[in-house]
Amino acid sequence: MNPSIVTSPNLFSVDGLVGVVFLIMVAITIIGGLIACNSERLVRSVAGLIVCFVGVAGLYYFLNSPFVAMMQILIYVGAVAVTISFAIMLAAPEEQKRVGPSGPLVGPLGFATAALLTGGFSILAIRTDWKVMDKINDGSIKTIGIHLLTEYSMVFELISIVLLIAILGALVIARDGRES
Amino acid sequence: MSLLNLYNNLNTFLVIGALLFGIGIYGIVTRRTLIGMLIAAELILAGASVNFMAFNRFTSPDPVIGQVFTLFIMAVAAAEAAIGLSIIIAVYRQFKSIDAEDTVQLKG
Repeated sequence: MNPSIVTSPNLFSVDGLVGVVFLIMVAITIIGGLIACNSERLVRSVAGLIVCFVGVAGLYYFLNSPFVAMMQILIYVGAVAVTISFAIMLAAPEEQKRVGPSGPLVGPLGFATAALLTGGFSILAIRTDWKVMDKINDGSIKTIGIHLLTEYSMVFELISIVLLIAILGALVIARDGRES
Repeated sequence: MSLLNLYNNLNTFLVIGALLFGIGIYGIVTRRTLIGMLIAAELILAGASVNFMAFNRFTSPDPVIGQVFTLFIMAVAAAEAAIGLSIIIAVYRQFKSIDAEDTVQLKG
């Protein structure tokens, strides 16, 4: 893609340390995802989800968007994960009757499906020759704000209404049958 | 291509997105509880967002579109989590269980 990145940086130079931090972020993401999907207790699963989202926020930082990285931590770690933990405290029974997959074939078949999808997507991504185009702006926070309030203002308003309706609907659904 | 400048490569991020997607699919298939499935669905959304951000950084001419799209994915995911969790709480009140196999009324 870029001819200047072919040379490998020294491990103890700035570029090398940045690469090490990136590898750590990737490891955090993958390990968090594996914990989220394999732990037997749901609370640990949410903790794994939080770890995974922090790693994904680090990846966003490497993709030149500190704003989205901050939003990832604010919204996912701060709001979604806390909501899920509240739901676990409200709904999950103290001890699960049966843990693990429901049949002998579910685990291997699920793994095969996931491996097939992951491998397929990865091979597709690597073999495709992606066209790189010149940037027309810098993608900074200021530019994002201008685009959100001009080009995407309709979508911005719609997403606010969707969130409002979702909150109202969640309240209505969860309130039903509370008296009994 | 060395291990230390992987972060300057589009394929790295696409493979990470595919991995997150695969982990999420595995979780949705094998989890018994509804909350576990919801957590796995969040992982799938994160994989999709990583893909969008990677294309936004490396190939797209306008590096704003992908970021705006990821922000909208986050908002929709928050709405989805709120609705899904309230449905799960309602299901728990009805069936006293959040196991996906217990929540049946018409079992033959």
